[in-house]
Amino acid sequence: MTTHAQRAATFLEDGPRTDWHDKSLWHVRSKRDGSIAGIPEWEALRQLGSDIKDNVLSNLDTYLEEFEQRATANGVIVHWAKDAEEHNRIVHGILARHRVDRIVKSKSMLTEECHLNQYLEEQGVEVIDTDLGERIIQMRNEPPSHIVMPAIHLKKEEIGQLFHEQLGTDEGASDPQYLTEAARQHLRAKFLAAKAGITGVNFAVAETGGIVVCTNEGNADMGVHLAPVQIHCMGIEKVIPRAEHLGVFTRLLGRSATGQPITIYTSHHHKPKPGGEMHVVIVDNGRTEQLGREDFRNSLKCIRCGACMNTCPIYRRSGGHSYDHTIPGPIGSILSPGLDLKKHGDLAFASTLCGSCSDVCPVKIDIHAQLYKWRQVVSEEGHLAKSKTIPLLGAGAVLSRGGLYNFMGKAARTALNIVPRAVVYNRFNPWGESRELPEVPKESFKEWYARTQTPEA
Amino acid sequence: MEGIRSNKPGPRPLPTLPPDPLSLDIDELERAFREVLSASKTTFLEPEKLAGYVRDFGADKTIVSTLPELGGTLDLVTIDDPLQLAGVDLTILHARLGVAENGAMWLSETEMVHRVLPFITQHLVLIVDRATLVPTMHAAYRRIDICETGFGVFVAGPSKTADIEQSLVIGAHGPRSLIVCLR
Ligand code: SF4
Repeated sequence: MTTHAQRAATFLEDGPRTDWHDKSLWHVRSKRDGSIAGIPEWEALRQLGSDIKDNVLSNLDTYLEEFEQRATANGVIVHWAKDAEEHNRIVHGILARHRVDRIVKSKSMLTEECHLNQYLEEQGVEVIDTDLGERIIQMRNEPPSHIVMPAIHLKKEEIGQLFHEQLGTDEGASDPQYLTEAARQHLRAKFLAAKAGITGVNFAVAETGGIVVCTNEGNADMGVHLAPVQIHCMGIEKVIPRAEHLGVFTRLLGRSATGQPITIYTSHHHKPKPGGEMHVVIVDNGRTEQLGREDFRNSLKCIRCGACMNTCPIYRRSGGHSYDHTIPGPIGSILSPGLDLKKHGDLAFASTLCGSCSDVCPVKIDIHAQLYKWRQVVSEEGHLAKSKTIPLLGAGAVLSRGGLYNFMGKAARTALNIVPRAVVYNRFNPWGESRELPEVPKESFKEWYARTQTPEA
Repeated sequence: MEGIRSNKPGPRPLPTLPPDPLSLDIDELERAFREVLSASKTTFLEPEKLAGYVRDFGADKTIVSTLPELGGTLDLVTIDDPLQLAGVDLTILHARLGVAENGAMWLSETEMVHRVLPFITQHLVLIVDRATLVPTMHAAYRRIDICETGFGVFVAGPSKTADIEQSLVIGAHGPRSLIVCLR
């Protein structure tokens, strides 16, 4: 078994690629900063998101029951799965009943977690991932390296070569516009031929018994609206109390994820289409256990925006695959030890504990504090002994490379200065006090020290 | 369920959401709405130019319109299987309301008739009444009933992706262009 540090070291072997990966993610983080600068009440909004999710966790049973009752009344068939295996069996059962042998699927970290694709393929069902990034990594037989941007680790030349081999695009062509058009044609045929569509779920509304799916490409909708059978798979923690709370979460999600004011499509599904069937599969798979861990239950508030990954100095310089878990990055590092402490315990050390993840998290999860607590659990349980020095190398190696630490501070100082002032939203702020961004010092402490304390020659 | 009941934390209150602002300048809302939609590659067309746009779109094209004053070439009443919409080139629909902070426009099944229509069409035109503009998503959710019909969607631009090296490409699976007619 390899450790995170060893896998990170492999990623770091290609220096230019590491720098490129680092910069791509930092760019997304900067876009997020720019977009929240337009929302003076951002902090109040985060607090609301966090408070609503706290309320959800303390009433999870009743909200789920309410959801099931309303959804059933809407004509939706609700299923419960205690683990990944039961989830996969339920989904296959639905497909088998309808004699479905080809399906299209939009992004769902839950089905990744359950290894649904592999299970269905073994049963003879063709599964096509339709999110462009997911389709790319599916063609490469790879897991996603990021929860929002699954193919963020790949260069366009690699994707061009892949499409040339599998979709017959021109050799050497790597223009993203051209490659996307090829994927559009390829996938449109799949949409039209599919007999069932599967999606993940961003939010399930207890009050109305409906589910909400957010995408930019429109692939989830193409899938479920064309196929007679639609299946939505969700973890138990996705439920929210009321429709009005969607206002809070849709405002937080897009901005935190990619800096967009909202995803292009926010789709609300409540009833099957005329003549169609709609299923919702609600999965536990270790979540109830996590709910019982007082120190770690907050991780269940996650809305999967990916912001903690984009900002993390370790993630950016070790790549999503180095975490060897469906959800990588800081949030993955606090979810995975709960599933398998022996296998994933070292991820608690894949962090500098700088706290940047907690600062950007739209639902205020204390990620770095939980990482610290997992470290204590790991050492108490004695998993630390033989690997103590190796995982710590992860952070050490990154920090010792090319003055990254200095660069990060500089980038933050620059980003805060270049974000546009509250351009769009400021005018509608009903929440009293607007928050100004902190005054950014022109020099860091280090620069100041170097300037003022240069020893006499 | 039993497991959840014994493992869940103690009661935490549900927060109340802040109210909408009292008075709003409709011109301000419109300016923001246009600004943010333009940034997501949506274009605007003056209502009086719409008929001309549709006429020039191409005689051999399949056009769907739910506007009584603007006939399409395909009658939605004749469609009973969504696959029959695969060849639609241009679709013109009403949107129930528009959100100034992010450009999102709400369509329920009442407006779109067939769920797949606003996604499968190659190009989409949405008609939005100025008077329906609201400032934020909070106000929008207070204005609509998300389960009034079996499906409803907020659309905030043409379909897009940035999955190849973060390069923005318009027209991933859904419409290759979105035009908004604000009237
Ligand atoms: S932990 Fe927070 S920042 Fe990270 S993905 Fe979840 S919601 Fe986003």
